[in-house]
Amino acid sequence: MTTAAAPAPPGAWSVQRAGLASRIGSSALVLVAIALFAVPQILSANVVQQLTSLLVFLILAVMWNALAGYAGLVSVGQQAFIGFGAYGTIYLTQRGIQPYLAVVLASLASAVLAAVLSLLVLRLRGGQFAVGTWVVAEAIALFVMLDQSLGGGTGVSLQGLSGYAPEVRRAFTYWLTLAFAVLLLVLLFLLLRHRTGAALQAIRDDEDAAASLGVRVRPLKLMLFVLAGFGCGAAGALTLANTLFIQPQSIFGVQWSAYMIFMVLVGGIGTFEGPIIGAVLFFAVQYFFADQGAWYLIGLGLAAVAFALFLPRGLWSLLNDRLHVQLLPVGYHLRRQGARPRSSSRET
Amino acid sequence: MSAVSTPAADPTRTQESPPVLVGAGLTLNYGDLRVLDGVDFHVGAGEAVGIVGPNGAGKTTLLNALAGSVTPDRGTIRLDGHDVTSMRPELRCRQGIGRAFQIPRPFGGMTVLENVLVGASYGTRLSRRATHRRCVEVLELCGLIDLANRRAESLGLLHRKRLELARSLATDPCVLLLDEIGGGLTDAEAAELVGTIKQLRTLGISIVWIEHIVHVLVQVIDRLVCMDAGRVLAEGEPQAVLRDAHVVDAYLGRGSHG
Repeated sequence: MTTAAAPAPPGAWSVQRAGLASRIGSSALVLVAIALFAVPQILSANVVQQLTSLLVFLILAVMWNALAGYAGLVSVGQQAFIGFGAYGTIYLTQRGIQPYLAVVLASLASAVLAAVLSLLVLRLRGGQFAVGTWVVAEAIALFVMLDQSLGGGTGVSLQGLSGYAPEVRRAFTYWLTLAFAVLLLVLLFLLLRHRTGAALQAIRDDEDAAASLGVRVRPLKLMLFVLAGFGCGAAGALTLANTLFIQPQSIFGVQWSAYMIFMVLVGGIGTFEGPIIGAVLFFAVQYFFADQGAWYLIGLGLAAVAFALFLPRGLWSLLNDRLHVQLLPVGYHLRRQGARPRSSSRET
Repeated sequence: MSAVSTPAADPTRTQESPPVLVGAGLTLNYGDLRVLDGVDFHVGAGEAVGIVGPNGAGKTTLLNALAGSVTPDRGTIRLDGHDVTSMRPELRCRQGIGRAFQIPRPFGGMTVLENVLVGASYGTRLSRRATHRRCVEVLELCGLIDLANRRAESLGLLHRKRLELARSLATDPCVLLLDEIGGGLTDAEAAELVGTIKQLRTLGISIVWIEHIVHVLVQVIDRLVCMDAGRVLAEGEPQAVLRDAHVVDAYLGRGSHG
């Protein structure tokens, strides 16, 4: 088939990336990120600590969405990396490494762990992969509990941050968490913006068909699995830095996976914006209802099921379908040249 | 096995076209079941070959082997003279083998344009701008240009089939493997499809087409292969193959010639 080299005649079709709305949207997101860096200067240490845990949820939601929403890897075992990041930080500080540096190193170590585990779990597909990741997470938790120097089953405190005043410590932890969140969002945006993004969505929808179109499936899955290992490791390490104490049952708990699934399903799986909405919503729900104990968990479960049944593409799809808005220009839109520009959108 | 090897008197056929894709002695077993039993198959440059045969004859498996979705237990597959027998499907696609599945497999969460874009950007080595141009060309050729921004999961069967074709065309194939893309279409839609495939032939693309709707198939192809029970039962000039006693017996209707 020939590809004409001449410039497209007027009225010809052309492929567009960014509409006005997504230009405004991405600028607004950048402004929000910059404003968030100023928070510790303005708000109380308590609020800063709360916001830190919100950002941790955001990281987790974005990572799980990257796995399940873009590569079709429905993991129920990301708590392996959350726990590994947290305990890696403990391990490194016990050997005299400064805690914040330990957080960064432990996150990188989680990425390495993901690369190693991928040899095992990326051979699996669908339900097997989900169960396989969970089993691996439980196994790693057991190993950690066997090590008495890491506190065994009773938990362990993070040493080395007691030299800082609480406000300073909370501010530093917040900034580091925000830096991780921004880094991961930017990395994911660049991935999706690149042709890789289309390939990842294709793998999610039909792996074999993607391969038949020239997409190399395994390296792309590996890349996302390692990225998610890094992000979830960071989330675990930052949770530790935020709370200063962890127990293996909670940091390796499967409830993390439940939270991630909830945030992503409610916000909108397979969209860039959905997990952000899901994380904010989940944070609010947790803030107001976490005292309700079992009823809180039942409510979360019911809400996730309701969304999966009645609004499978999440809250973001409501906005997206009605207003045809994409905050970030990661999609493609065909329009006739000379026609009035539209916001980048998907018609359904 | 009888071979109808009478050369066709069809003037449009390039009889001496060099083979592009050749499968020799292809044998494949699923457990105790022999699905392919020493199949020899070839398609020449710019040639269009049809494959017919009863269900379970091994047609789709042959296509899977040519596309790289399955690796034969015995036999070799050569593309432009190079052995690709154990090459993975994604690399075979980049070498020029395009494939449309029997049951359309659109990427449902993506738009029609984005579906085609996956093929154009991963199956070819074009620049970004050329990739986009290619998508537009393919969408226009397959009659999907007005649906480009629709989510693929919202398409009906006809448009899903067209998308299946468009997506594999976007990879700039030299050989296109089509699996029953005419099934379930009305006569008018099938006629439109024939028009599109004929247009592809003018671009020099070789075509291998499995189809049950024989009267549609014969409008396009130069050569017909009839398979049964994992073997090639007959091959040659389409009308001659369709008159072959073994073909009539195995495929076109047992007892109809009693």
